[in-house]
Amino acid sequence: MPTPYPLRVSAFTATSCLGPGNAAQLARLRAQAGGLAPCRFLDVPLKTWVGEVAGVDEVALPAPLARYDCRNNRLAELALRQDGFDDAVRDAVRRHGPARVAVFLGTSTSGMLEMELAYRRRDPDSGALPADFDYAGSHNTFSLSDYVRRRFGIDGPAMVISAACASGAKAFASARRAIQAGLVDAAVVGGVDSLCLTTLYGFNSLELLSPDPCRPYDARRDGISIAEAAAFALLERPGPARAGDDEGSGGEVLRLVGTGESSDAHHMSSPHPEGLGARLAMERALASAGLAPADVDYINLHGTATPSNDLAEDAAVHAVFEGRVPVSSTKAAHGHALGAAGALEAVIALLCLREGLMPAGLNRDEPDPALRSPYLSANRSAALDVVMSNSFGFGGVNASLLFDRITP
Amino acid sequence: MTAALRVAIESIGLIAPGLPDWTQATAVLSGRARWQDAPIAIPPPQRLPPAERRRVGLPVKLAMAVAEQAFAGSSAPAADTATVFASSSGDGDNCHQLSEALTAAEPIISPTRFTNSVHNVPAGYWSIAVGCRAMSTSLCAHDGSFCAGLIEAATLACVDQVPVALVAFEVPYPEPIRASRPIEAACGVAIVLWPADGPRTPGAPLATLSIGTRQPAGPGDAPAVEPTAMTDAGLDALRRTTPAAHALPLLEWIARATPGERGRLVLDAGHGIDLPIDAVR
Repeated sequence: MPTPYPLRVSAFTATSCLGPGNAAQLARLRAQAGGLAPCRFLDVPLKTWVGEVAGVDEVALPAPLARYDCRNNRLAELALRQDGFDDAVRDAVRRHGPARVAVFLGTSTSGMLEMELAYRRRDPDSGALPADFDYAGSHNTFSLSDYVRRRFGIDGPAMVISAACASGAKAFASARRAIQAGLVDAAVVGGVDSLCLTTLYGFNSLELLSPDPCRPYDARRDGISIAEAAAFALLERPGPARAGDDEGSGGEVLRLVGTGESSDAHHMSSPHPEGLGARLAMERALASAGLAPADVDYINLHGTATPSNDLAEDAAVHAVFEGRVPVSSTKAAHGHALGAAGALEAVIALLCLREGLMPAGLNRDEPDPALRSPYLSANRSAALDVVMSNSFGFGGVNASLLFDRITP
Repeated sequence: MTAALRVAIESIGLIAPGLPDWTQATAVLSGRARWQDAPIAIPPPQRLPPAERRRVGLPVKLAMAVAEQAFAGSSAPAADTATVFASSSGDGDNCHQLSEALTAAEPIISPTRFTNSVHNVPAGYWSIAVGCRAMSTSLCAHDGSFCAGLIEAATLACVDQVPVALVAFEVPYPEPIRASRPIEAACGVAIVLWPADGPRTPGAPLATLSIGTRQPAGPGDAPAVEPTAMTDAGLDALRRTTPAAHALPLLEWIARATPGERGRLVLDAGHGIDLPIDAVR
C-alpha cells in the first residue's frame, strides 16, 4: 500500500431535495426532516416518493455553453453557484494554473432525459430525432465534466466516472490518485444525477422502488426512493492553510484521508450476501489512510433501504467495526441520488465533521434484529474526527471514503 | 515536457475492422501486409455461463474479448488485476431499445435491459467472469475516452504500484441516434500496463511510455498540433471516426519500432486536446 496521502478539501457544496447549498442540507438534517415527496415528475404515474430539486428548470446556463442545456447540467449549475464554490474553483485555477486542475465527476443519468424526450418527438416519416437534440451536450456521459471544465476554463484531465451508484464516490478516489501522481495539484470532484424516465421505470421494473418514503434499516423496508442531487468538492494537494479555506471555528481543516474501492464479482444487480466487496472497500480505505477501525467516529451508510443492500452492508460494517461505530443512512432524508449519491453523502460527511453532528436515520420505526450495527434514530452531537461514507452500485462496484478534521 | 507518468506496456489485445487480433494486426500495422476493411468478429465470452453469454450485448462481448487477448499475453492474473474500462457510448443498442420503450403511454421496461444500461456493465460482467475483487473504474470522456482511460490506468498503476488492464471499446449506435453520434465502426483495445520501474514489472515490455502534459485546444476546439496519423489512409479514417481507435497510432508505433527505438507520438484526446507520449520500444 502506498503511504497515506491526505488531501485538503478546500471547498464543498451540495444541492438536493433538502434545498440548495450546505445551510439547507444542515437545516433539514438538524430538524430531522426529509425532502422526499410523492412523485410528480413529468407524467410519471408511478406510486413512489422521489427527491426532486425545486427550480431546476429556471436555471439558465451561461450563454456560450447553451448547447449543454439539459436538466443534469442545470442542476449542476444551480449547485455550483452555492456556498462560494464557483469563486473557490476560479481561485484554485488562478493559483495552480488551468492545466494543473482536473475535473473528475460522477454521473449515471447524465442528460439522458433529453434523449428520452427527443424520442417522443421523432419525425413521423423518417424516424429522425429532432434537430435540436444535442447528443454531446446532453445525453453523452461526459457532458457533465465537459460542461464544468469549459465553465471554469480548466485544462487538466477531465472525465466522468460512471459506475452506477458508486460514481460520485469513485470520482473522489480517481482525483486523489491524479493529485498524488503529480499529474495535477487540484481537482473539482463530485457528482450530479437528475430525475429521468429510465431510472424511475427501470428501478420499478426491478421491483426496487418503495411506494412510500424509504426506510433504511427498518424491518419492513421495501425499496429505494429515487432522488436527484448535485454535490461538489475542491480537493487540493497538501500544503499550508490559506485564508478563505473552508474552516471550522477553530481554524480546522477538512481532509480526504482515504479511499477504498473493490468489486463484488458476484451479481450484476444484487450485492454479495455477506457484503464481501463492501468490506474490502472499507478495509482498503482504512489501509490507504493508515487508520484502524477504532479511529472512525461515524459511518454514513449507503443504506438504500432495499432488503438486500442493508443486510449485506450491515454484515460488512459489523465485520470491520464490530458494532463499535454509530451508523445511519441519510437516504431517508434526501433519497437515493444514484450516480450523485456518493458525492452528496461525501459532502454530508464533511458537514458532519465540521458541525459535530451525527444525523439520524429517519423513518426507522421498527428495528430489524438481523442488523447489528448501532443505528442512530436521533441526531447526536459529538466532536467528530473521522467519518466514513459508503457507496455501492450495480455490477458489484464498491467505494468507501474517509474524511477527517484536523487543526494544523 | 514534464513526464508525470511512466508505464510499461506488457501486452495488447485488439479487435477492429481488418485487425482481428493483436498478433495478426502486427503484420498490417508494421506495413508487411496491406490493411483490408472487414467486419469484426467477436469470439463469445467463454468465461461467462451460457445464459449470461446470450444476454450480454455486443459492447460487453467486445470488451471481454480484447481483455482476454491482453491477459493471455500477460503475467498479471486476471483474477487479481485492477481494470479500467473506457467507452464514449456504452451500449447504444440497449439505449435505443430503452428510449423506444419509454415512449409508450405505460412503459414496460425489461429489468435486464435496465441493469445493462449502466456504463459499468462490462466491468461488472468481467469481474464476475474472472472472479476478480480488485477495483475497477468505468469512465467516459466522449471522443477523449481512450486517453482518459490511459491516464486513469497509468495513474492507478503508478500510485498503487500494481498492474492495470485498460480496456477501451466502442460500438456504433443504431439509428436514429447514429445520425446524432456517428461512430463508424466497432473497435476494442486492451493494454496490460505496469508502473515503469516497479519491482514486479516484467522485463522486456513491448514499450515504455512517458505520458506528457495534455495540450489544450485552441478556439473552436482546434488542436494545437495535429495528432499522429496512421500510415494507411483507411486505418486513419477509422482512427478519426471511432473514439477507441485513437489508440491505433500507439499500436502502430509499437508494431513498427525496433528494440531500443525512441519516438514521440501525439494522441487525440478529444475536443482538440493533444496528449503527447514519449515511447521507447
